[in-house]
Amino acid sequence: MSTSQQSSPFAVGAADSPPAVGGAGSLHRSRQIWGLIFVSPWIIGFLAFTLFPMVASLVLSFTDYNLNEPDQINWIGLENFQELLYVDPLVGTSLIATLKFALIALPLSIILPIAIAALLNSPYLAGKRIFRTLFYMPYIVPLISGVYIWQGMLNSETGWINRLLAEIGIMGPNWLNDVNWIYPALNIIGLWGIGNAFLITLASMQGVPTELYEAARVDGANPWRRFRSITIPMISPVIFYNLVLSLIGLFRYFEIPYILSQGTGEPGQSTMFFTIHLYKQAFVFKEMGYGSALAWVLFVLAFIATFILFLSARYWVYYSNEEF
Amino acid sequence: MASITSQRETRGGFNSVWFDKQLRKFGIMSLVTLFTAMLAAAFLTPFFYSALTSIKDQDQIVASARGSIWPVDQLTYTYEGEEVGIYKVPMPDGNIRELALVDKGRQSSDFIDPAAADAGLVTWEGSWRTLDPVEELAPRWENFPTAWEEINFPLLVRNTLAIALIGVIGTLISSIAVAYAFARFPLPFKRTLFFLLISTIILPTQVTLIPTYTIYARIGWVGTWLPLLVPHFFANAYNVFLLRQYFLTLPKELDEAAMIDGAGPLRILISVIIPQSWPVIVAVSLFHIVFAWNDYFAPLIYLLGKPNLIPISIGIQNFNFQYGSKPHMIQATALMGLAFPVLVFFLAQRVFMRGVVITGVEK
Repeated sequence: MSTSQQSSPFAVGAADSPPAVGGAGSLHRSRQIWGLIFVSPWIIGFLAFTLFPMVASLVLSFTDYNLNEPDQINWIGLENFQELLYVDPLVGTSLIATLKFALIALPLSIILPIAIAALLNSPYLAGKRIFRTLFYMPYIVPLISGVYIWQGMLNSETGWINRLLAEIGIMGPNWLNDVNWIYPALNIIGLWGIGNAFLITLASMQGVPTELYEAARVDGANPWRRFRSITIPMISPVIFYNLVLSLIGLFRYFEIPYILSQGTGEPGQSTMFFTIHLYKQAFVFKEMGYGSALAWVLFVLAFIATFILFLSARYWVYYSNEEF
Repeated sequence: MASITSQRETRGGFNSVWFDKQLRKFGIMSLVTLFTAMLAAAFLTPFFYSALTSIKDQDQIVASARGSIWPVDQLTYTYEGEEVGIYKVPMPDGNIRELALVDKGRQSSDFIDPAAADAGLVTWEGSWRTLDPVEELAPRWENFPTAWEEINFPLLVRNTLAIALIGVIGTLISSIAVAYAFARFPLPFKRTLFFLLISTIILPTQVTLIPTYTIYARIGWVGTWLPLLVPHFFANAYNVFLLRQYFLTLPKELDEAAMIDGAGPLRILISVIIPQSWPVIVAVSLFHIVFAWNDYFAPLIYLLGKPNLIPISIGIQNFNFQYGSKPHMIQATALMGLAFPVLVFFLAQRVFMRGVVITGVEK
């Protein structure tokens, strides 16, 4: 996020204009106006599609707005939040579902991209380009196709996963219909989404200066030690970036469980993730007021989690140029 | 790094030592490459599962749960007007004969040799259920034309491409302008604005969803393409970042020369910046096309109940929500849905992956 390459606001004007008094100022002002014109699509978009809706959903969360009766809108104070905290059983259920999923998903989202990137960065690997393309490719597959393909793979009767397990004498579980196995199953489906994370981890690994490894080798550090003490700290900004995106992804997690369960939250209520609950309240029951309250709770939770992660960054993320 | 190692080894002098090292290196290389290849194969196996399932019919799928993974049918023989299955029957003399099972029994069964029907029945001792059937490949290619028609594939592709291409135009015009502003112009609170732009990447979309939907519903946009198109005319953080990074690498001297020739900022953008930026513009366009092709959530909520307007993702979903019990149709449509983005990716993988790396590493 470095902005160091940008010149200071006066640089262009000062360099190009004649030394006449006021000339630099007016050129600068004219460039500033042009800059504002060019940046305006985003500013308008940010106001219209981000800031205004955020404020509006906060306001709506204190009302009983229902899209089926759009003309009857009442201010109900904190009622939605009371309902959400003390009455609605699905809030707790969905948060626990998210937590159970996260317990596997977050560690995987850190370890797997590093492991695959390290493998693809190995000096002993032939055909690196091809492997990089192959490991990235599933990321491009539309979610709808990916979920259906994995749904078939994980089918307890005809799927290949259980067939393979049977070959080695293991009776495979009923992945998609068992409340305990659904979370591992969702994570297996999620494997196809690691393309971006491993690719930028790999690029970051390739950017680590080789002198560091040479120096460590001279000092007698073994490969594992070099990996732990050089590679990991040097790529920690990318690990951090991936972790932030995974964390946000957890709070947004919707499509895969929605397509799998067709929105029912089955098996049991194990895939009734927070976003699915929110979706149903808002778009099935049209409870826009209550849905907004849920959305804001989600936003606050996501904000707190991300904030803590950013606070932790100073202890383990290494930035070679202190510009962040 | 490889050259460094080999240099140091040769300095050691003895050829055989060098040779040993090379052999060892080759051995490790084979092992690592083999391991990676197996991992990649496992990672991509679901595609083969999907492809094979998509050309089976219901019976073959049920049969394949135990038997062959290939789309196969058992060979049959018509005996006294009845179709009977052919099995591989091990004979007492050690030969295996392919015989048709005409009379099933628990202890022994009667077979007939289709090649020599006149020779009469052959009785075989043992349970016929332990026998392997004689099979031939019988792929059901017709699943694809059927799926093509039933999901109305041409309509879905037309809708998806129209949404994608209009979106590309929108995101290019707006993101290029915004990136140009961030790369070349003095702006008040520039750092704050840029930080705000980047932080929209990590905003959970749900928090803006409901009011946006409500407003779209009020102004009659729900049930049209407008909610899927209009927001892209207001720039997007990833694209702006990617374009800005590229613009920053372009030499300013060309801008300045054009400026001295009297070109205004818009002129410079169109005749100096854009002609130098085709790689990144292509990358942004491809990202958007793939994004639009794969987008599921927005069309799910905004195009509910509009079967003539839906893109491919929703078309596939609607079809399979109704035909949940036909795995071959599900896989056929899944493959039809992924063919285009995967093809685009393979054709332009360099551009694609470089774009990902820039947005990921440089932030």
